[in-house]
Amino acid sequence: MKAKKVSLLALTIALAMILSYAETLLPVLVAIPGVKAGFANIAVIFALYKFNMFETIGVSLVRIVIVSILFGNGLSFAYSVAGAVLSLLTMFIMKKTKLFEVVTVSIAGGIMHNVGQLLMANVFLETNILKYYMPFLLVSGIISGTIIGILGAIVIKRINMRY
Amino acid sequence: MRSNKKYKADIIFLAVIVLLAVVLILNMYLNKEKGALVEVRVEGEIVETHLLTEEGQYDLNDGTNILVIKDGYAYLIDADCPDKLCVNQGKIQNNGEIITCLPNRLTVTVNGGENDVDFIS
Repeated sequence: MKAKKVSLLALTIALAMILSYAETLLPVLVAIPGVKAGFANIAVIFALYKFNMFETIGVSLVRIVIVSILFGNGLSFAYSVAGAVLSLLTMFIMKKTKLFEVVTVSIAGGIMHNVGQLLMANVFLETNILKYYMPFLLVSGIISGTIIGILGAIVIKRINMRY
Repeated sequence: MRSNKKYKADIIFLAVIVLLAVVLILNMYLNKEKGALVEVRVEGEIVETHLLTEEGQYDLNDGTNILVIKDGYAYLIDADCPDKLCVNQGKIQNNGEIITCLPNRLTVTVNGGENDVDFIS
């Protein structure tokens, strides 16, 4: 791996971390667990379209590990990983089909991120959590996924990398 | 130039998701049924059960969350976590409604229709 590639990946991870941190400073708008804007996904979407699959998984996982150590706990780590795995998988498949715009991929990723977290809650806490929160998470996934997707598409278009 | 055809898959995908959301939300509002029992779970295990008619204040999970049952509603009035998300989730009274406190791994669920009350009491 070239030094330039390594630094680009590190830069993307740093960006994702800052976005995660910035989000913790915002007031919680909706009183539903798991609902948030997910600004870090701008960096993940960027990685998805600029790097290969393993590099994108790396960016996402390293971000989660560091953010959990710095601002979270073991529990938030488990929820984040479940959400990230499901969301990345969905976005990879949708991107591979080449049928969808960045915004649509981002919306699907946002929804699946929520679904992944709720599946964890379903296993650990209460068996009806996914069913009960699903309508809210679809709506919030559509709204935040659209915003993140539009921002992500702009970044992907504006930043041209050669390495 | 981009044609509409290019966005076909996107439009179908989004339409399906929006439709699903609308159906789920309608289903939730149309199938509201008042519950009878308040179940408190910590890490998935039921630790406390109260009737929705048992008015009072209860310390849950060694006082990490404080539950109030009043006027047929159950709600949390305090929690030791910083975001107070569970307090902001408001009052619940219908079957299947849940208040979730992720940091304390605690849920409060309303369960059991009117018919179950006789059976339990």
